[in-house]
Amino acid sequence: MKDENRTNLEPVDRERRTFIGAAAGVGASMVAPGVILHAVEAAPRATSVSSDVRWGLAIDTAKCAEGCSACIDACDRENGLDLQTKPKPLSESKWDQQKAVWIRKVKLQDNQTGRITNLPMMCQHCEDPPCVDVCPTGASFKRADGIVMVDRHLCIGCRYCMMACPYKARSFIHEALEGQLTSVPRGKGCVESCNLCVDRRDYGEESTACADACAAEGHNAIVFGDLKDPESPISQLLKALPTRQIREDLELNTGVRYAGV
Amino acid sequence: MMKRIVYREWRIPPARFWGILGILASVIGIGTLSFGYMEHQGHWVTGMNNAVVWGLPHVFAVFLVIAASGALNIASIGTVFRKPIYKPLGRLSGLLAVALLMGGLLILVTDLGRPERLIVAITSYNFSSIFAWNIFLYTGFMAIVIAYLWTMADRQGGPFNRPVGILALFWRLALTTGTGSIFGFLVAREAYSAAILGPMFVILSFAYGLAVFLLVLMFAFAEEGRVIGPKILRRLKNLLALFVAGALYFMLIYHLTNLYAAKHDDFESWLLLHGGIYTFAFWVGSILIGGLLPLWILYHPEKGKNCNWVAAAAALVIVGGLSTMYVVIIGSQAYPMPLFPGQTILESGFGDGVGGRAASYWPSIPELLLGLGGVAVGLLITAVGVRVLQFLPESLADDVVPVDEETLGEAAFAKPA
Repeated sequence: MKDENRTNLEPVDRERRTFIGAAAGVGASMVAPGVILHAVEAAPRATSVSSDVRWGLAIDTAKCAEGCSACIDACDRENGLDLQTKPKPLSESKWDQQKAVWIRKVKLQDNQTGRITNLPMMCQHCEDPPCVDVCPTGASFKRADGIVMVDRHLCIGCRYCMMACPYKARSFIHEALEGQLTSVPRGKGCVESCNLCVDRRDYGEESTACADACAAEGHNAIVFGDLKDPESPISQLLKALPTRQIREDLELNTGVRYAGV
Repeated sequence: MMKRIVYREWRIPPARFWGILGILASVIGIGTLSFGYMEHQGHWVTGMNNAVVWGLPHVFAVFLVIAASGALNIASIGTVFRKPIYKPLGRLSGLLAVALLMGGLLILVTDLGRPERLIVAITSYNFSSIFAWNIFLYTGFMAIVIAYLWTMADRQGGPFNRPVGILALFWRLALTTGTGSIFGFLVAREAYSAAILGPMFVILSFAYGLAVFLLVLMFAFAEEGRVIGPKILRRLKNLLALFVAGALYFMLIYHLTNLYAAKHDDFESWLLLHGGIYTFAFWVGSILIGGLLPLWILYHPEKGKNCNWVAAAAALVIVGGLSTMYVVIIGSQAYPMPLFPGQTILESGFGDGVGGRAASYWPSIPELLLGLGGVAVGLLITAVGVRVLQFLPESLADDVVPVDEETLGEAAFAKPA
């Protein structure tokens, strides 16, 4: 079939082309700085996490004061856990079992000697984390720098990691959430736990919220740092103090070490 | 002389059939509403918490999944172990295996925190997780059993019957071992971390699967007036008794092993003596209702021959099985984790078993309804299956069922040796 309209094509509107070209140019020049600025801002987070460091905590239980909850309050503020609200019909006792807890205080008594110990418990950031082994989708993962955390886009909420964790470190989000922090997105139906203030790591900040709060109280029971750097304060402390891992028998090589337990 | 086995659709009156279907569909509907409620509100409406993270839905789901693999046993005995008397039951056995597995998996999926992300579970795998393996074991099982059913029902499939049957047998052993290993490989909790849980789940599956199979078979036959002869009934009830005894034996070994190791003393004394609901569920549910009572019925010289008593025994095995799952899944989570051996936790901000107390869990009604919904899914698939396709043999009367090698030997037993 012959195309009869071929010869009737309108001549190209040069002016229109110029206008569109100019508009595109102006548009690009207006958007570009934003894009470039954004890229510059994102630079520290764009570099991949390095295994040259291994983040961890050293906890001196002798310095952990009874009745002090500074680390817990700081963690709750840092990660938006203080924004959790109890669903109305729920009893307080049940809510205590269902709300998310990333760090908790535990008070122990030795069965033989009666000695009392206070300590904070959180994710122990194992080198061989059972939660990572059992996660069917790979949502539970360990970063190159030793931080064990949950990818909230992959977590299907099966809770197998909670079954596997020997430290009861993980929480399941049982209720719908409102008003979260942009730095710590959380969502109903996913599992979460202490991630050593991972957004602080990505912005190159020094410490964790719990360690800062403990220091501000003057206790200095929690020291954060790089376990691989022999000169870091945490490595120096671990060299000087006899410390151990909780559930050492499982040989998970935890990133959190305790003195005086 | 062996007669040809004739299979017929389940021809109960339409009103009766649609009535049964309606009941099952209503239970499924209520289960679906429960799922919607829990999914919309979040898991705070359930009894689950951060200590007991798997609740009643998992009890039903795991029971159905292992009963599914156990239900396939009858087909395996006929095809793989060449016992002709079991052959007429092979088709129903395969159908039940697929149906129960479907019901169990649906519960597992609907109890996820993010069920809408199921696609993630299907596309993103971590192969060090037994869960990830199970996704393949479960879907593979369904595919193999459907192929197995085809080899039973279609003349062209005949030559493949035994090879597919053998594959299905090994696959189901792997599947149940995998299900048991979900718990057996957890080093964190005292009640788990025991390799025996894998094989124990296999033997439990034999008992639960056969109990469900027997009840479904007896119900379907009674509804339509088909005959189950004493010969096949005796074989099936003896098999059930054997499986129940085997399950008791494995449970005994599991607890003896724990009792032998001093570090598990506390857990055993809690579960066996001081565990409240879990102690009750163990002794009354698992041991008495699920073990000793059915054994007594099945080996009773009179009651063991009576259809109704055998059905009652099968029902008791199912009740006991649910109790066992309750103890194994929930009791083991409720018992506090041994974070600090040799020390007592006086205070904790996260319920770490203060003073050695167990975590609290009480199932909510939506959880129960979701579990029952899964059971109904399994039964609905079975009911529709036997109605539209030729799954059920027309009769299991003594003169119809194939001769068994057992009968050949009867003369030998007539005279004492």
